[in-house]
Amino acid sequence: MESLVGLLQLVINGAATGCIYGLIALGFVLIYKATEMVNFAQGEIMMLGGFAAYTFVGKFGMNYWVGSGLAILATAAFGYLLDAVVLRRVIGQPQFAVVMLTLGLAFIFRAGAGIAWGYDSVAFVTPFTNSIVKFGSGVVLGADNLSIIFGTLVLCGVLYLFFSRTRLGIAMQASSQNQLAAYYMGIPVRRVFSLIWAISAGVAAVAAILLVPVQMVDVNSGIVGFKAFAAAVLGGFGSIPGALVGGVVVGVVEQLAGFYLPTGFQEVTSNIVLLAVLILRPQGLFGQVIRKRV
Amino acid sequence: MIAPFKTSYLQDMALTKTPLAKASYAGLLIALAAIPLVTGEFYVGELGGLFIFAIAGVGLMLLTGYTGLVSLGHAAFLGIGAYAHAIMLAQGVPFLVSLPLAGLITAAFGIAIGVPTLRMSGLYLAISTLAFGSIIGTVLQKWDKLTGGFDGFPVRPPTILGMKVQGAIGTYYTSLIVLVLVIWVALNILRAPLGRAMVAIRDSEISAQSMGINLAVTKSIAFGISAGITGLAGGLYAHYVRHLAPDSFDILLSIQLVTIVFIGGLGSMHGAIFGAVFMRLLPQAIAMVRDDLPFGLGRTPGLEPSLFGLILVLVIMFEPGGINGRWVKLKHWCKAFPLHRRAASRRQKSYAKSERLR
Repeated sequence: MESLVGLLQLVINGAATGCIYGLIALGFVLIYKATEMVNFAQGEIMMLGGFAAYTFVGKFGMNYWVGSGLAILATAAFGYLLDAVVLRRVIGQPQFAVVMLTLGLAFIFRAGAGIAWGYDSVAFVTPFTNSIVKFGSGVVLGADNLSIIFGTLVLCGVLYLFFSRTRLGIAMQASSQNQLAAYYMGIPVRRVFSLIWAISAGVAAVAAILLVPVQMVDVNSGIVGFKAFAAAVLGGFGSIPGALVGGVVVGVVEQLAGFYLPTGFQEVTSNIVLLAVLILRPQGLFGQVIRKRV
Repeated sequence: MIAPFKTSYLQDMALTKTPLAKASYAGLLIALAAIPLVTGEFYVGELGGLFIFAIAGVGLMLLTGYTGLVSLGHAAFLGIGAYAHAIMLAQGVPFLVSLPLAGLITAAFGIAIGVPTLRMSGLYLAISTLAFGSIIGTVLQKWDKLTGGFDGFPVRPPTILGMKVQGAIGTYYTSLIVLVLVIWVALNILRAPLGRAMVAIRDSEISAQSMGINLAVTKSIAFGISAGITGLAGGLYAHYVRHLAPDSFDILLSIQLVTIVFIGGLGSMHGAIFGAVFMRLLPQAIAMVRDDLPFGLGRTPGLEPSLFGLILVLVIMFEPGGINGRWVKLKHWCKAFPLHRRAASRRQKSYAKSERLR
């Protein structure tokens, strides 16, 4: 019984971390599905979102919900501008040029954040910090982890409704399936792509805010982005539910590896999962195989 | 669009473009061979480091510039080469055997990681090499029986043909010789069927495939060669730093290596060298102006990587040909003076290419 409770707690912790991976992977996937670019700076955008929330809530002393909302909006606006000013110009260059471009941006963001907010870890008090929730027979879970899981579920629901019910969401789906056809139908494809960047940056900011009670924000927290690659690849790089499921799987496996395997394994678990997926099932769990008809 | 006008096939296959070019390369080589006789130890050491990065740059240029694949884990290959070479030297293997063996071992690692991922689009290679790099970094730290862990691994000064090669000057000459050899091999690969196949894959996978090129095999060989050359550079790097530390082969180094080929100019051997020169000069330049920068900018810890990032972004946005592209345009401008037209160096308009359907 004791070990079962311990196992459950490990799994919940892992699932919470995994939700963060999943949300960042969701950002990759949204952008990749639409523009075939992979944004290696997604983790850094998350870091900027965390710092923005710290500025509003921690420094200006705003209400947690208002400040978080403002931080999400600010990060989304940043994402929109990033596409409109930088990424739109490299359309037509080879894919690896975009990879290098976003990597370069990642380093710039990191230094920019260091200059603006300093190199110390920062955090602010959230309604979920250091509170616990007890369930029936001795299962004790941190409210922080539960808030991450709950927040992720709510966000996914909102995104699902947005993509399937609203005009803009359907326009986004159309542009990512066939740019030219969408353009002919009168969809402003370029603006739609910038809005997708904005959504993906906003999702990253949500991930950052949810992560605050668990982990402090600092200049290097963008590293999580690399772990999210494993989640995105596991989910099939192009499938939105896949990214989330992939994130949770990677998070749980990482927690279990940290508990049962010798030290050193936890850091590389996500990378080993990634390579294993590429070798065994390259299309991922949910990937669809697209064949071109000649 | 500036393109050389060739009138015969032999001209296309020639190793150097003109007799003048041949003479200038020979002159450069003689000048480089004479440099240690006239300058101090510091500059010789720095130049030796430059040569090592140029070797790695040539290796990566074959992969990124000529095959169109990007690897974000080449620091791992540098590390594998360095540790393999240092460990073999410590076991008493002679230098002339150990260095090529280090290259071969690294190439084997390259093929092992390349084969499963090269079936997928180039993107997966970037991501999986990133993962591979971090795994190797962790292994180098944790497997302390083999690598000495965080205590590092001392590198024994080599003996070549009974001669003890020591210090900056020894590293300088060994690296120079290896660099010349590697460039010679790379240029010969590029004019052989393998090199032609690599360029064809870079330009269009579908048309390369329809010409009967086996994509997976060619890509794996290209990746193996690239990793092997980087491993050679790693072996020399071990002598350059003299004491290996596991955390020096991290993602930042990988990105620096890719930056070399991007800033230098994709798809040219000159580019690899230009990029390496730039890469080694920039930190020196930063160190020189560090104290004079306004707002305490010079004391920002992340200054160097962010500057690399900024330059990378600007190069990709405004001059995809890199330094070499600039250089070619400058040469053309001088040649055509005063008849140069802007249109000659204008980029062709291009549209979003889909890599999804193939």
